[in-house]
Amino acid sequence: MKISYYPGCTLKSKARNFEDSALASLAALGFEVAELERWNCCGALFSLTTDDLLHQLAPVRVLIRAKQAGAGRVTTLCSQCYNTLARANRLMREDEEKRNTLNQFMTEEPDYFGEVEVVHFLQLLRDEIGWEKIKAALKKPLTGLKVAPFYGCMLLRPKEVGIDSPVKPSILMDFIAALGATPTDFAAAEECCGAYQVLAAPEAGLKRTKRVVEAAHASAVDALVLSCPLCEYNIGKQQRELAAPGGALPVFYFSQLLAVALGVDAGSCRFDLNAAGARQLLEERGLIAAAARK
Amino acid sequence: MSVFIPLGALDDAIIQKIAEISGENARRCMQCGTCSAVCPMVESMQPSVRQLMLLLQHGRSGAVQEATTAWTCAACHTCLVRCPRGIDIPRLMEGIRQIVLRQNLDRVDPRAIPAETLAALPPIALVAAFRKLTA
Repeated sequence: MKISYYPGCTLKSKARNFEDSALASLAALGFEVAELERWNCCGALFSLTTDDLLHQLAPVRVLIRAKQAGAGRVTTLCSQCYNTLARANRLMREDEEKRNTLNQFMTEEPDYFGEVEVVHFLQLLRDEIGWEKIKAALKKPLTGLKVAPFYGCMLLRPKEVGIDSPVKPSILMDFIAALGATPTDFAAAEECCGAYQVLAAPEAGLKRTKRVVEAAHASAVDALVLSCPLCEYNIGKQQRELAAPGGALPVFYFSQLLAVALGVDAGSCRFDLNAAGARQLLEERGLIAAAARK
Repeated sequence: MSVFIPLGALDDAIIQKIAEISGENARRCMQCGTCSAVCPMVESMQPSVRQLMLLLQHGRSGAVQEATTAWTCAACHTCLVRCPRGIDIPRLMEGIRQIVLRQNLDRVDPRAIPAETLAALPPIALVAAFRKLTA
């Protein structure tokens, strides 16, 4: 049975470039997922209070939909969705008292005990498909492109749900290497993009943008890859707000570079939704046809 | 920052309240400052995370609620990974935010967000901000 796929709100609106390129790449690799027939917003962040369970209902409902789909596993692309679902799943597995309260509250739903496994797309690529199979399927290796990973927070922390070491991760470096690009580490790879503070404390958020962009320039990288639409906004699009950006730093979803390297139709990459500079970089390097410009 | 140390027994009402909401005990902090050293938002906070923990331990409820620390926190969980005392500081920050938010005091007014900002932001930015910063 195909693994269930939970897109989340942002993948269906601002981050079509993330979803379309990921699904097209998976198809090119001969791997299929089935989007959940019904789903709701996961809540975007895992609730950190222990005396209020109301905010756990949204992610648990998504997990119940996945259980009903019958595949036993659900995968997501957005780092925030992944983190929220994975933490809610652990709560349902490990906290009997809270699990009972939640199950009793949701009288219209079947009881849930954390049976479903939540898997991030990068874990599918690493553990299910494997880097070797990806390397063998490359049509256009990203030779010479210096790419740095930007993990951000939600893929790695807390360590109970992290898809790799919270302090010394390698999954994105391995991914970049598998695409034939030059994986390039940099000082801010595991740092925060400023997250939702872009709304509440934009000046503080911009300091994060500046720090990450400057660190990337200091390591002379061509581009960043990431897995979170909020990171993409804060590090990619918010560069326009920097007084002295020091040269645009193209930012890609990991799935976009995967699609390019697999020779998938560039139309699915929707580079028009990326911040300035992304498509241009790939055109300059001869990795996508300039004619593809809309 | 000057720290006022009250005479007599320290008031631990706020520590108790935070523990009730978040399950975390600020007394366990040993003031090593690792949290402040790794915090990506610390330069925009007043006071720092370590200083806030000291205010808590001194029972300075008013100063804690006036501090910008918890409102500048982005819940990135870097301090959680690094704290040698294993304190879940992100949860503790949530406790401080909730003490204020549960008085129906929002920190973000959705009506005041410019239309162009609303149109540009990814939905997860809005949902996350409202979850963290409104009642």
